[in-house]
Amino acid sequence: MAYTFQFGAVFASMDLLAKGAWLTIQLSVAAMVAGLVFGTLFAVLRSFGGRWADRLIGAYVEAIRNTPFLIQLFLIYFGLPSVGIALDPVTAALIGMSVNCAAYTTEIIRSGIMAVPRGQIEAARALAFTTTDIIRHIVLFPALRVAAPALGSQFILVMLGSSVVSTVSAEELTAVGHVLETETFRPFEVYIVVTLIYLAIAFTLKLLFAWLENSWFARRGRL
Amino acid sequence: MRSFGTPEFLFMLQAARWTVILSLIAYLGGGALGAVLAFMRVSGNRFASGFARVWILLFQCTPLLMLLFLVFFGLALTGYGQNAYVAVTVALSCYAGAYFGEIWRGALEAVPQGQWQASAALGFSRYEQFRHVIVPQSVRIAIPPTVGFMVQVIKNTSLASIIGFQELTQAAQFVNNLTFQPISVYLVAAAVYFILCFPLTLLSRRLEKKLHVDRPSPVAA
Repeated sequence: MAYTFQFGAVFASMDLLAKGAWLTIQLSVAAMVAGLVFGTLFAVLRSFGGRWADRLIGAYVEAIRNTPFLIQLFLIYFGLPSVGIALDPVTAALIGMSVNCAAYTTEIIRSGIMAVPRGQIEAARALAFTTTDIIRHIVLFPALRVAAPALGSQFILVMLGSSVVSTVSAEELTAVGHVLETETFRPFEVYIVVTLIYLAIAFTLKLLFAWLENSWFARRGRL
Repeated sequence: MRSFGTPEFLFMLQAARWTVILSLIAYLGGGALGAVLAFMRVSGNRFASGFARVWILLFQCTPLLMLLFLVFFGLALTGYGQNAYVAVTVALSCYAGAYFGEIWRGALEAVPQGQWQASAALGFSRYEQFRHVIVPQSVRIAIPPTVGFMVQVIKNTSLASIIGFQELTQAAQFVNNLTFQPISVYLVAAAVYFILCFPLTLLSRRLEKKLHVDRPSPVAA
């Protein structure tokens, strides 16, 4: 194979890549926060909000989890303008990632809630706790502790999946890769460097989640 | 300008065939690779196990889209030209292999150690222990998450459209460019994906209940 790797042109554009990586991180963190907040809310509603809340949120979860993120993104970015809602690429990406992430976190946190022993909830009822108090003091913390490892892996998948939003021209890491590719005609070198940046972000997140899990949950005793 | 009608719908359905074929390729390639990786992880050989661990870690932390690009453009460097078929096959197999490998490793390790020891005590060779005692028990544990991951593979074949492969998503984009009816076109595409994925989701959930895998084995360690 007579090919000489030339990374010079890629390294010369490191500032652009850093900017793209920063947007990737911002988008991912925003989607994670939205996913955690809405996922918790939806999971609680599914478990305690009656039959219709359960069905409605269940339908949303199944619709999102059984269709590709790419199609969801196209519906938001190309579909919504035809009904009068035009979004800029970054907003569309953020909404798409959040809507997608929340469906998965709902399911993960719900299985955490189901892992809370029935007896504890019944005991709290017998002590005249209101449903809100039961959720706040009895259910939520153990549920999130059970859900934490799965949430961590899901959040990493969200970050990796954010590369897809380059298709609606949100200028994140992969999109910067596209730009450099057409400028340098060195696609392989460009995408190697981009991949290494993704790996670095993913490993950092992995360590961060492991640390958070330990410092947040470990000190507070067993379930 | 065309409107979105039956011919366009049939065109998308025909392209959906490629979504199915790509998924099957990923199951075969990824399944074979995953089996090897899972076997290496539990082989007891430190180098094989370490290699498989690093492989799985790297591929689980790389965006599938980057994997597709790297194979696609890497292939061009070797002089075979830009071949979307080969690129998608290789990338999807490597990706699915890493996840299958991790799922199956977990299933193999969930079989209690005592099972290895008991079959060793009965005079089984290491291979026979693996083949006749450990694998049959771990299959039960492995099936629900495996089916669950198969859904992810179907959805992720949509990324092949980005490197120009003519499957369902690419066909939807094409039809949308003709008709400018993004909502109907992409909703139909979403519906087709849903029809492919949802039965597998239900199956995975049913198997999970039936095989009762939250308790790894009735035989206590």
